[in-house]
Amino acid sequence: MMRALLLSAAALIAAPAHAQDVAIVNAKLVIGDGSAPIDGGTVVVRGGKVVAAGAGVTVPAGIDRVDAGGRWVTPGIVAAFSRVGLTEVDAVNGTNDRSAGKSRFSAGLDIAPALNPMGSPIAVNRANGVTRAIVAPGGSGGLFAGQGAVVDLADDNDMVTKPRALQFVAFGEDGSATAGGSRAALFLLFREQLLAARNYARNPATLAEWGSDALIQRADADALVRVIDGTTPLFVRVDRATDILNVLKLRQDFPAIKLVLVGVTEGWLVANDIAAARVPVLVSPLTDLPGNFEQLGATQSNAGRLAAAGVPVSVGVFDDDDAHKMGYATQYAGNLVGLAKLPGASGMSWDQAFASISSAPARAVGMDATIGSLRAGRVGDVVIWDNDPLELGSRPVSVWIDGKAQSLVTRQDRLRERYLTPQEGNLPKAYDR
Amino acid sequence: MIRGVKASLLAAVSLAFAGCTANGGEVETASSKPAAEKPVKFNKDPYPSTYKGYPTRLTVVRNVTIFDGEGGRIDNGSIVLSSGKVDRVGGPDMELPTDADVVDGTGKYLTPGIIDIHSHLGDYPSPSVEAHSDGNEATSPTTPEVWSEHSVWPQDPGFSRALANGGVTSLQILPGSANLMGGRSITLKNVPSRTVQGMKFPGAPYGLKMACGENPKRVYGSKGRMPSTRMGNFAVNRATWQKAAAYKKKMDDGKVVDRDLAMETLAGVLSGEILVHNHCYRADEMALVIDMSKEFGYKVSTFHHAVESYKIADMLAKEGICSAMWADWWGFKMEAYDSVPENIPLVYKAGACTIVHSDDANQIQRLNQEAAKALASGRRMGMQISDEQAWTWLSYNPAKALGIGDRTGSLKPGKMADVVLWNGNPFSAYTRPEKVWIDGAMMFDAMNPKLRPVSDFELGQPGEGDVK
Repeated sequence: MMRALLLSAAALIAAPAHAQDVAIVNAKLVIGDGSAPIDGGTVVVRGGKVVAAGAGVTVPAGIDRVDAGGRWVTPGIVAAFSRVGLTEVDAVNGTNDRSAGKSRFSAGLDIAPALNPMGSPIAVNRANGVTRAIVAPGGSGGLFAGQGAVVDLADDNDMVTKPRALQFVAFGEDGSATAGGSRAALFLLFREQLLAARNYARNPATLAEWGSDALIQRADADALVRVIDGTTPLFVRVDRATDILNVLKLRQDFPAIKLVLVGVTEGWLVANDIAAARVPVLVSPLTDLPGNFEQLGATQSNAGRLAAAGVPVSVGVFDDDDAHKMGYATQYAGNLVGLAKLPGASGMSWDQAFASISSAPARAVGMDATIGSLRAGRVGDVVIWDNDPLELGSRPVSVWIDGKAQSLVTRQDRLRERYLTPQEGNLPKAYDR
Repeated sequence: MIRGVKASLLAAVSLAFAGCTANGGEVETASSKPAAEKPVKFNKDPYPSTYKGYPTRLTVVRNVTIFDGEGGRIDNGSIVLSSGKVDRVGGPDMELPTDADVVDGTGKYLTPGIIDIHSHLGDYPSPSVEAHSDGNEATSPTTPEVWSEHSVWPQDPGFSRALANGGVTSLQILPGSANLMGGRSITLKNVPSRTVQGMKFPGAPYGLKMACGENPKRVYGSKGRMPSTRMGNFAVNRATWQKAAAYKKKMDDGKVVDRDLAMETLAGVLSGEILVHNHCYRADEMALVIDMSKEFGYKVSTFHHAVESYKIADMLAKEGICSAMWADWWGFKMEAYDSVPENIPLVYKAGACTIVHSDDANQIQRLNQEAAKALASGRRMGMQISDEQAWTWLSYNPAKALGIGDRTGSLKPGKMADVVLWNGNPFSAYTRPEKVWIDGAMMFDAMNPKLRPVSDFELGQPGEGDVK
């Protein structure tokens, strides 16, 4: 049994990872857009893209057929808010590119060249069914953390799907500390930096005129101009209910900004305001402790209540481990399904919960026409699972990214194999591989 | 019962020691007697438990799937809880009292309450503001004189989350890992109380928190003092144990006249009364600690955060040392780099004592889910482990490692009625605790908002009394 698993994993490694045309048939098919699973479904991927998915889909002649044997087949998980690719070992500084606290730049920072597709967290997250991730920088020397990216977790040398896909800023206690010590300083600094960027856009000479008094530098201004005109979505970390309301009001001065709220621990207290503003939220849904005074109202029913109010809710894994354990997304979504049957609690239906870790984050970052579901035209990120993907311990048996079959072998698998029998044999363990 | 335990503890104390006992208001002082004749005597339980268990009702749960905590399973089973104890457990034919509260468990599961052997609730409470940071006395690499119970804030909202969402009925609160010897731990019943004494598990032995590896050498190395290396860690430990051995010999010879709180704790370890809980990630370091324990004559109860136990599972089985582990935490620090998701099942397969722990105010709320992930990883490798066997990782094994396995951790007649009724299979993501009993008293009921504890801190705040 164990040996058979190993052999099939080895076979996958050996297979060249080129885009292939593939039809997966006999699937319990999850499209990922909130619709119900389809028994006996088929998904057809050609040239790296989904061309058809559903019941009664005809398999084109001459295409590779994979029989899912009735197992669950879904789009790959989209990690809604992560640092995957930015760190190998968090406490080893040289490997950790999350934050740049000593940089003289802020909004202009671009994580793309820091991303490491060869890092071991890529393979581990992929082996847990995560195929795409929204990656945000952690922080900079200034108010804005910089520009994040949307990435893929394929076994290749280039993970950037879309660079500069978002700008990140932390409001609340963290942002206040950066801005000078109070929320008043935070909101003023935010506004003044954006106004400076707007002036720079109208007349680039202004920055030079301000000289060392300039609130921002050219690279930062360039990035903020794209925030002001709505080209780059602005992801705002915010938890306290009143902070959320004040962040929503930022659009009075900058109406084109595309806001995405991250954290939103007390969002349920102002759910109708968020819904009316048509702003998507990314939540870490099991946060239920008053970790600080911004999270006094924390409850696991937050996600369900926000969704019930009409807020587009994506489920992420942050405030926990945001680089190594993206696979927790399925567990967290599963917990929301469990909450739905608990008296007095709010959760989500299975279909809605799965969408919250696939199409919802794709939509939040403005890429739902490209990633996050198995609707025709999306990337060919497909996972066959050994069981219900939202259940504990379910794992992919096959993963395709952009239509390419992926290795699911991790460094952890190699360690486990070496120590299946811990005792050393005729030679030390170092010879056992 | 509680009184009996306390009395016997005190009796044991006076056998081993002599002197300043504060008991029943009566205080003896060493100075009132010639020191040469009477060695120093002191009370080993100066902050005694005042926990007595809350009022119980004769309760029957029937038609329920039971994991007994020791690896047994009863389908369509019944349990009788009487006067705070498990009275009977059996199948559908078991005779049941007619005057009991009856809970129908159809489609549900009943287990012993979860025991978290590694928690910082209360000493690193929520909100985690600086004023609440009471887990590390990081002013000296060895502080065996500090007691975590003196840091525990009983109003930490985390206790109620662990109860209501996690089904946790007992837990060990440890000092942090900044120090090689961080101080004494305390085992609590997970009941709300005005005082920590009102939570203390009656008669549970004390633990000593020790820490290997990166943390102590980083904390003290960065202060420019010893230890700054792993060899420094061992040198400081060995020097301290050497001192403790000398102190213990003096004590055994009746020659201790100056009470030393630090040495008293370590002497308690050397005499086997205090259990060692050693934070240790790497296999090679665990092997060295095992030798150090033999060098000085103590035993390690449990290696905590033991992410590399799978590399030496055979040694751990032979030495009878437990591993307290996460299912899949990895990569956050160098000594957690070789973590594998099969660690827990590999340790179990080797016949070594296997425990799932949290070290986290969030994961303590779903230790059953952590065990489920580890179980799935084991089965994926082809290992045959039943659900009921895996439950030993969550209750009976941690109970034994804490020295309370004779009283709780499994559903055997006469043991404490620390019980959780789950609204489905507890190894499913879709399942939650429905009812939790501690010593037979119902302390949480998902169907009854009045049985949802609200700490002082949460009163008058947004979301008071919410489902959480």
